[in-house]
Amino acid sequence: MTEALQQLVNGLALGSIYALIALGYTMVYGVLRFINFAHGDVFMLGAFAGLFLYPLTGRQPSIGGAVLVLVLAMAICAAIGILIERLAYRPLRERPRLNVLITAIGVSLLIEYGGQHQAMLGKDPRTFPDLLPVAKLSIGGAVFSSHELVVLGLTLLLLIALRFVVLKTRMGMAMRAVSFNPQAAALMGVNINVVISFTFGLGSALAAAGGILYAMNYPSIEPLMGVMPGLKAFVAAVLGGIGSLPGAALGGLVLGIIETLIKATRWSNYADAVAFAVLILILLFRPSGLLGKTEIEKV
Amino acid sequence: MKAARSKLIVLAALAVSLGVSLISPHLDPYFLDVVLGIGINIILAVSLNLINGHTGQFSLGHAGFMAVGAYLSAALTSFLAPKLIGAMPGTATAQAFFFAALLAGGLGAALAGLLVGIPSLRLRGDYLAIVTLGFGEIIRVILQNMESVGGASGLHNIPQHTSFFWTFGLAAIAVYVIVSLVNSTYGRGFIAVRDDEVAAAAMGINPTRYKVTAFVIGAFWAGIAGGLYAHLKSSLNPTGFDFMRSIEIVVIVILGGMGNTTGVIIAAVLLTLLPVGLRELPTLTFSLAGKQIDLVWKELQMVIYALFIIAMMLLRPQGLFTWTPRKKTHE
Repeated sequence: MTEALQQLVNGLALGSIYALIALGYTMVYGVLRFINFAHGDVFMLGAFAGLFLYPLTGRQPSIGGAVLVLVLAMAICAAIGILIERLAYRPLRERPRLNVLITAIGVSLLIEYGGQHQAMLGKDPRTFPDLLPVAKLSIGGAVFSSHELVVLGLTLLLLIALRFVVLKTRMGMAMRAVSFNPQAAALMGVNINVVISFTFGLGSALAAAGGILYAMNYPSIEPLMGVMPGLKAFVAAVLGGIGSLPGAALGGLVLGIIETLIKATRWSNYADAVAFAVLILILLFRPSGLLGKTEIEKV
Repeated sequence: MKAARSKLIVLAALAVSLGVSLISPHLDPYFLDVVLGIGINIILAVSLNLINGHTGQFSLGHAGFMAVGAYLSAALTSFLAPKLIGAMPGTATAQAFFFAALLAGGLGAALAGLLVGIPSLRLRGDYLAIVTLGFGEIIRVILQNMESVGGASGLHNIPQHTSFFWTFGLAAIAVYVIVSLVNSTYGRGFIAVRDDEVAAAAMGINPTRYKVTAFVIGAFWAGIAGGLYAHLKSSLNPTGFDFMRSIEIVVIVILGGMGNTTGVIIAAVLLTLLPVGLRELPTLTFSLAGKQIDLVWKELQMVIYALFIIAMMLLRPQGLFTWTPRKKTHE
């Protein structure tokens, strides 16, 4: 029982991070209908931004310092996300969607392998500092790190904030309008370019938060660290129903729990393959995902 | 007439490769290794071109099919051959067994292609890209955990059967088979599915069947190429068949022009030579912000691929070697 509770919390913590990344995939898919392959790399850049901003905190773990680093890293990554869209994706807006996807793969490789060069981030893993004081908590015999609870709490907070932005603000309304029908939204006076930039910024900021939370729990960061979490978060977005925000959150949590449970068994070596098996199964049996709507293709 | 001529070209290619094969022991081994690498990449690129270019199904898992063929054929020649025919490298029996092992590897990969093709029926574009990527990774993870073929440390001491004859003979046949297929009445269906799936279906073409056929044939040749690779390098490692290997093949196809066989062959030659050329370039050293930076060109290979991909998509999405612009495919 204790064991199960512990695994559940571990799974939820990992799943929260997948959820934060998955939200970015699903939002971009909502407005542009393509998968931003470079999203996992923005997540990685978020962790590195955290590392480079750490001296600002005076190298002391504190709540104020952690919030400062988090907010600045989110702002930096939002700018990077907007820049990527502006330079690489916008010139291709009217081209076949496949071309945009291929470009996104190119951007992703450029960040990963450019980042590996010694003049940039370097190949060797670096240790992520403790932004917050760590404590071991014991609940009913199960032992948790306080970091895991921070991950859960912060994810919840960001989800509520995102829900507010999407449902209660003018920009959120514009995002929903563009996602529903870009042409009609443009006719109603919505500036599509601004909405798309905003969506990329919002998604990238969430990915940066995910990157910092991930680095706090697994404090060894390197330029390729975003590849697997990025792909798994994409699977989470599809699992929940791509284009659906609650779906992305749910998909992330479910995938995190599944993966943690697999890691606890003797099949742990296959944990990375499980996400893809989930993807194939969901696409075979319920392509619209858990919470997604079925779309009919029209000529 | 045209069919007869292309058959003649294949026969000529077979004869030439047999001829070169006879003198190949006198060639520089490094040079031979590079040239055989070109042949293997031609098979990989032309077969991926059938899936990505002609049929328009963006696959990112070609290295996975290659891995199936490589491991299956290598397991046959390393473990089964000594029991059946004894260790007799160079004899006709060993060569015949090698050919059978290559075919078995190709068929195994084709079976994997069938498995990928079936779920892919319901997917398009980006979803398919991720599923094929996922399949490639699943194959790699399984191989990494299969101790019977060496697991994570890899499979070693595979007999070196791959010769100039096998590589370029099979490359000629692969090109011939795929070009004839696409240009046949049946094969026009692949292009129809790429250009407009809904319209193709309305014309009585079964898109599902064409997609699966493309995957099975493409995977078969990737498996053959994998077998040749295994018996050229004589050792295999699961990490050699990761996502990056698939990307290398995708870059060749994009550079050559999706659906343009000649362009893809030229690109295969150029991109196989790229790492060789980069190795020859001198290392540049300069200092930046007080730190000494060594610019080793070889390390920049993936960065160059990435820049190729982005630049091609922005400036010449039809490929370097396609002059008649492809009609804009509708979404």
